[in-house]
Amino acid sequence: MRFSTKMTRVTEIPPFESFYEEHRRSVLRLLRRRLGTERADDAFQETFLRALQAYPRLQHGEHLHAWILTIARNVSVDTLRRLQPTADPVETGVEDERPAYEELAPLTDGLPPTERAAVVLRFGYDLPYDRIAHALGSSPAAARQAASTGVRRLRQRRNPR
Amino acid sequence: MTVSTDLDSRFREAAIALELVDLGFDVLETPVGPLFVAASPKGLAAISYEARPEEHLEHLARIAGPRVLRAPKSVDAVRRELDEYFAGRRRAFDLSLDLRGMPEFTLSVLRELADVPYGETTTYGALAGKVGRPRAARAVGTVMNRNRIPIVLPCHRVVGADGSLVGYGGGLDRKQKLLELEGWL
Repeated sequence: MRFSTKMTRVTEIPPFESFYEEHRRSVLRLLRRRLGTERADDAFQETFLRALQAYPRLQHGEHLHAWILTIARNVSVDTLRRLQPTADPVETGVEDERPAYEELAPLTDGLPPTERAAVVLRFGYDLPYDRIAHALGSSPAAARQAASTGVRRLRQRRNPR
Repeated sequence: MTVSTDLDSRFREAAIALELVDLGFDVLETPVGPLFVAASPKGLAAISYEARPEEHLEHLARIAGPRVLRAPKSVDAVRRELDEYFAGRRRAFDLSLDLRGMPEFTLSVLRELADVPYGETTTYGALAGKVGRPRAARAVGTVMNRNRIPIVLPCHRVVGADGSLVGYGGGLDRKQKLLELEGWL
């Protein structure tokens, strides 16, 4: 005789505390990579506050990692946009649905081609440096160098001395 | 990548300040050992001698909602009143209570229990009589045993008809300690 007591159901939404404990490190990692250590802190708070706001509307507890990383990407895009004085401030909402590489492309306009490609592939497509190196026909070290030079150049452009 | 304590607590404080939390909890150090304490916007929802939060979170999320978060600020009022109680400076609690999810019989027993004064005791049978079920002393015992908010709902003030301590969800030594604090023992 077999007694089934467990109902088959979609994955339950975990208590927020467990969700937060599980994903906070990878969220911070993503934000630091995109925004730098300093700006990542504010974006971290914003990411999890947005998640809290949306949490009661979740239908199930599946793909939560992808979900929170999408929120983090949207927050970092918003942060970068705020830092870009020429960005059009009225576009919101639907804009967030665009993939990160599309958001990043206009911001990187005017960078030298190799640096621009490295920045977009790294921060827009989330590609690791060995794959970027492959795409650029260079070494991973050179790809990393190109991305970081590109980011530095963008920062300088934003805060001209 | 470690999330610094500062960053972590800033997020938790912001979540409470923005009222985005269904239930906040913390673990308090007290003379009867560490206590798990949880409160919702409706009031104090749980106190437990089982101080490991993971033992409570899923159950409480079903009662209060999924946004359960450790947030010391959310239990400030509880911490203050418990501190005063353990220091002997408080004889009654002014906290509002969140009793969602409890069956009617449990609620009626707990309402009577809440009226048992500081430093006095009653019996399981007497409580059963008060709720109009004089033969339900055993069921009253079960309600005491599962009391979600011990100390504040003073199940330690319920003893056997012969005055023996009988039992306590947190262990008899804790019941004894609370009754000593209140001067009954």
